[in-house]
Amino acid sequence: MSKSFKLTPKFYMRLSMVLAILLWLIVSLIDVLQLLALKSGVDLGITREVPILLMDFFFVFVVIYYRIRIREEDGSNFVDLLWRVFATGLVTTIISLFFKLFYSSIGDSALGQNEFLRIFTLGVNQAIISIFLISTFTIWKKLILYQKSRRLIVYWNTFEWLVIASIFFNLTGYTLQGSLVFEIVFAVMTLMAITLSGNLKWVAYLNFKQKWKSILLIILITIYVFYFFAELYVTPEEAATFFSPIDSLFTIILFTFLLFYSVFSLLVILFNLPTSSVFERKMEEAINFQRLSQSIQTGESEEQIFDILLTSSMNAVYADAGWIEVNKDENSTQFINKNISRESINKIKEQIFSSKSRTVMKNPLSSSNSETDRVLVTLKRSNFKSVFVVPLTVQNKVSGFMYLLNEVSDGFNKEMINIINTFASQASVSIENFKLMGEAISNERYKEELDIAKRVQRALLPDALDHDDRFSIHAFTIAAAEVGGDYYDTFKLSDHRFAIVIGDVSGKGTSAAFHMSQMKGIFQSLAQMDLSSDEFLFRANKALSQCLERTSFITLTYFILDTKSKKLEFARAGHCPTLYYDNSNKTAEYFQNKGLGLGILRNDSFKKFIHVNELEFDKDDILVLYTDGISEASNAEGEEFGFDRMKSLLEKNAHYDPVMIQKIFISKLYEFCGTKDLNDDYTMVVIKFK
Amino acid sequence: MIEIKKEQHNNYLQLSVEGEADASSAINLDKAIRDAFDEGHQTILIDCTNLNYISSAGLGVFMSYIEEISSNSINFILFGLSDKVLKVFGILGLDQLLTIKENKEEALQAFNGI
Repeated sequence: MSKSFKLTPKFYMRLSMVLAILLWLIVSLIDVLQLLALKSGVDLGITREVPILLMDFFFVFVVIYYRIRIREEDGSNFVDLLWRVFATGLVTTIISLFFKLFYSSIGDSALGQNEFLRIFTLGVNQAIISIFLISTFTIWKKLILYQKSRRLIVYWNTFEWLVIASIFFNLTGYTLQGSLVFEIVFAVMTLMAITLSGNLKWVAYLNFKQKWKSILLIILITIYVFYFFAELYVTPEEAATFFSPIDSLFTIILFTFLLFYSVFSLLVILFNLPTSSVFERKMEEAINFQRLSQSIQTGESEEQIFDILLTSSMNAVYADAGWIEVNKDENSTQFINKNISRESINKIKEQIFSSKSRTVMKNPLSSSNSETDRVLVTLKRSNFKSVFVVPLTVQNKVSGFMYLLNEVSDGFNKEMINIINTFASQASVSIENFKLMGEAISNERYKEELDIAKRVQRALLPDALDHDDRFSIHAFTIAAAEVGGDYYDTFKLSDHRFAIVIGDVSGKGTSAAFHMSQMKGIFQSLAQMDLSSDEFLFRANKALSQCLERTSFITLTYFILDTKSKKLEFARAGHCPTLYYDNSNKTAEYFQNKGLGLGILRNDSFKKFIHVNELEFDKDDILVLYTDGISEASNAEGEEFGFDRMKSLLEKNAHYDPVMIQKIFISKLYEFCGTKDLNDDYTMVVIKFK
Repeated sequence: MIEIKKEQHNNYLQLSVEGEADASSAINLDKAIRDAFDEGHQTILIDCTNLNYISSAGLGVFMSYIEEISSNSINFILFGLSDKVLKVFGILGLDQLLTIKENKEEALQAFNGI
């Protein structure tokens, strides 16, 4: 017994079955013993109540068994439920009939006269009949409570508990014929049973075929009920037994209830037969409607939505043929046709335009636009006598028409027209959603593309900057959009010579980013040639003149740093003046040399506008390169961060290393603007000499 | 936002540019100047007195006409630039390629003297 038990419903179900069988065996045994005692004149000392009580508990356990069992069943397949009642009844009847046959065949023999056998047969009969009654009772319960309200549940529970309580009523010894109390209780419960039998809502959900099946099954079930009743009613008069089943309130109530419910449902199904096709159609319409509204989620295309619309509309109004034409773009129209050829479509369209017999129904939503009117046309010279034309509007534009054709004239009634309108507008909503979803998806794709562009562009900016132990360098950049037009780079010309560049492409975003990548290419190829700074700019201008847009230009400053001779040479192509801190006099200043942006003059005269500066640097001198995103950043009052603020900021913090100087600049910049969300790209490169 | 007023005078066309010439409004500025060129005006004055801000896109518009101005010998004169705007022109070097005058009198003198 190491196996651990779990108190699952299945366990209780089996337990009650075992207990029921045990109880029944005990009762049968007692009955036999009683008979023996009676015959031999011995009093066993068993009171009348003991076997009755045991039998009552047998009923209780059968009730428990079925209550648990039916709970697991699917309550919406009614025919299956009825079939189960029928099957239980069949088995019960066969067993009962078998005993009857067996009995009549041995009727005159000694065995036939054996009273013990009679008692046993009677017991079996009684047990299987009560099993049939109780199982049917639980299934009827399922049907009654198919659509439940609070009141119904309370009412049913009262009835059910009364029925269970009535099991023990036989302990009182009252009989139907002899007791007023019995009669009153019986009358009250019968009344309840009749009222409950009115709950037949499940019938409405049966289709035509199911209704026929149900009728057949219920007729058979009713026959069983009658047969069993007769069976129980006859036997007790002959049998010498302590218990007469018909005098049990429980059994008789069950019979009454089952009978009423069977007869009621039989009649209701019968009367519902003629209208069931209408219900089926309504149900189908509801399902079609749902399909139209759900087609978007299942990822169906616009064409499929139109196809569903046409099919369901034609079914709903019994149309013989129909088609949908959708305007794809200016010149092309797409056709979806059913039961009609393209040729006939053209003929019918001609007739529609020429027909004088037409009824126009205004669209209440846009009364001014005659395109959105629905038209009912009667045709004369065609197989089809009536046509209904419905415009299909998507995003407030008529994008197509649906034509429904009927072979009889006046084939569309008001109700049909309403249904079609609902279908058409639902399809429009679905297509609208479909389009919106498509747009959302492509937006998402653009976002991904931009993310890729962002990564690619980030890779264009150097991770490590070329330098030697004579100076330290640090760079920082932020783009306003996903991609930006700021550029900085370094190139090692020789052991002690370095090219450093900072640039800014006019405009922002993607176009700026493209030009920035061109600039990178130009820098990397020209720097290798080790040109002087003005020559570099001149050639860069020439190269860019071929590829920049008409209104685009690039500003740039190109530095050549020689750490051996401690000389700095640079030329400015319209870029922000470089901020230089001279440690010897502890002041900072801007290099105000002349210059012109790249791409502004796209000819050789550019050279005239470029000036080369040279200077010698010392230990602790600082070079601050930046883009106009920093100097022109403005606060809420429209005031710019400006050159003066940057100058004094550098003078105050010149004792720090480049990383710290950059951090101070940017934090002061954010503080000044009151936000970190600047609407331009901004970059700074700080170089400090050692 | 940018607002461009067009005034036709006896011997010149004046475009008054007001507001901010940034990436989104540069198209309007470009169109106004393009129209003036297409109409065949020989003298065009740009009044920048109320131009509060110019971005690189705005500068790009002026820049793109430099060659056309010189090849067609058009008098294209800007005047009334605020210090801030003038500085932006100066940094880029556009002040070397465009005629920029302090006020309208100087601008008128400049082309009458030619």
